[in-house]
Amino acid sequence: MHVPDGFIDPVTSLVTVVVAAVVIGWAVRRSPRELRDRTAPLAGLTAAYIFAVQMLNFPVGAGTSGHLMGGALAAVLVGPATATLVITVVLVIQALLFADGGLTAIGTNVLLMAVTTPLVGWAVARMVDRALLALQRAAGREPSPAADRRRTTIAAGLGGVVSVPAAALVFTVLYGFGGTTPLPMDTLLVSMVGWHTLIGLGEGLITALTVGAVMATRPDLVHFARGRRVRTLQVRQADGSVLTVTEAAGEGVVPVRGAGAVGVVAPRPRDRRFAAAVLTVIAVLAGGVSALASAAPDGLEYVTGQLGVQPGAAGATTWLADYGAASGVAVGVAGLIGVAVTLLVAGVGFRRLAHRTDA
Amino acid sequence: MRSGHTHILYRHGTSTAHRMPAHVKILALLGFILGVVLTPRTAWWAFVVDAAVIALVARAAHIPWRWYLPRLVVEVPFLVFALLLPFLAPGPRVEVLGVAVSAAGLAGAGNLLAKGTLGVLASLTLAATTDARAFIIGLQRLRLPAVMVEVAAFMVRYLDVVADDMQRMRIAREARGFQARGPADWRVLGTAAGALFIRSFERGERIHTAMLSRGYTGRMPLVDDAAVTAAQWRAALLPPTAAALTMLVATTWGMFR
Repeated sequence: MHVPDGFIDPVTSLVTVVVAAVVIGWAVRRSPRELRDRTAPLAGLTAAYIFAVQMLNFPVGAGTSGHLMGGALAAVLVGPATATLVITVVLVIQALLFADGGLTAIGTNVLLMAVTTPLVGWAVARMVDRALLALQRAAGREPSPAADRRRTTIAAGLGGVVSVPAAALVFTVLYGFGGTTPLPMDTLLVSMVGWHTLIGLGEGLITALTVGAVMATRPDLVHFARGRRVRTLQVRQADGSVLTVTEAAGEGVVPVRGAGAVGVVAPRPRDRRFAAAVLTVIAVLAGGVSALASAAPDGLEYVTGQLGVQPGAAGATTWLADYGAASGVAVGVAGLIGVAVTLLVAGVGFRRLAHRTDA
Repeated sequence: MRSGHTHILYRHGTSTAHRMPAHVKILALLGFILGVVLTPRTAWWAFVVDAAVIALVARAAHIPWRWYLPRLVVEVPFLVFALLLPFLAPGPRVEVLGVAVSAAGLAGAGNLLAKGTLGVLASLTLAATTDARAFIIGLQRLRLPAVMVEVAAFMVRYLDVVADDMQRMRIAREARGFQARGPADWRVLGTAAGALFIRSFERGERIHTAMLSRGYTGRMPLVDDAAVTAAQWRAALLPPTAAALTMLVATTWGMFR
């Protein structure tokens, strides 16, 4: 998906460079906190790794093969800021040393592959991880290391799946602003995002398999799994009771009460900031991009129209019916209201599930 | 995405282009491509002039035109997009070989092909005349953040090491009778990718320890000793000036036609 010169007009390209520079500035400041003082050699080796693993051939059958983009993978393995830094360096070196990707398109390529894929992959992986952790805890006990590994693998995989169409979406938006040949946006959106959802499935699967392999041998190297329980010590005391002691990576010993109960993983302030970033993206999509949605009837509406059936006759009286079209509310506002209500219900629901385990 | 090569494109030589510091060449390339990209799409003669400029630079740097051909074929995906444009773009149709395609789409496809190809040709010329170390110093002189330059330096240094590691893993897999044929085999490839990450990361940790034991204090001293003469600046500014002039002529001609 390396965009060449001449695809996006110079004004939009300049804007992408400015936005990319801001994000890279954040990544450069934040990356040492993820890698401490070992940033240069570790990030450099990770960059070499990402470059090499992008060359790995994953056969799909019938002579075709796919390749890994590695954005979500990098974010899960070394953290989102380092991943952004690493992939930016990979893109710059590819453009200069290997003539891959236009030099004037470097801002676009950075936004697509170094900003969107790792950050979206990370955000989605964290959301899925939270949800699955709540579900695992709702079963009554703290998940075992094996369950942790499964959860991380699934979260990383889903992060990979969503990261690719997200990048396709950003590309479509950029093309909408600055594409040198105007194309019908709904066709472009559907074909780009649709095709890349398919690619995202492959990317997610490979990401999950790779993260699973690393988690099986060196879970302490996976940034996504930091702060996790890695060792459990059961101390049988003189009176016969069992004290279970947990050591979490990077947090030290956390002794806990009772038989079988183990320590709780607390959410970090950084995760709240990511949640805020994800909410912003959702708000932009629901409130803004939804305005680009086609007003043409979807498959069901078309067929029912042909058959002469009146769909939704009963519900047409509600205020936000047909995403606000019935009552003249802007579709963006309807979208935002829908998102807010969904998040409220989901948040309350998950909180109740999580708290039920406090025995 | 990548077709599978880490052999960098550098061709050893002693021409003016080879001796020029990388940051000067990168700026010249940027200026040249900007001139190309800003050229109005209808001025076909301008693209021919731009191609001639690249040919002259290649001649001066002793790069045969044959060298470019196989490396051009690599950039196929955007060719596919360009070829689809005449069929997908809206607007009045025009007949081409019996098929009705969009006139705007056709112009757009030609525009993409011309500018994209010129961009690749120019980038290839830069890559052919600049080695990896020179690029890193060039990035430093262009005031890229120090962290990024250091990461780039390590990446370039260990690229071949990691790629060879992956190659050895592939040989080991095949020596044990494994041949990847479809998605069912991805589990093995994923394990290899995971193992490669662990090896690379641990190598990075060992490198860091070795650097600490040799007095690394957190900043990498990159020796930068090449001064740029006025003659080199003049030579470097020729291609972007030519592209800019061509662009200006094409634009003004188009305005007064």
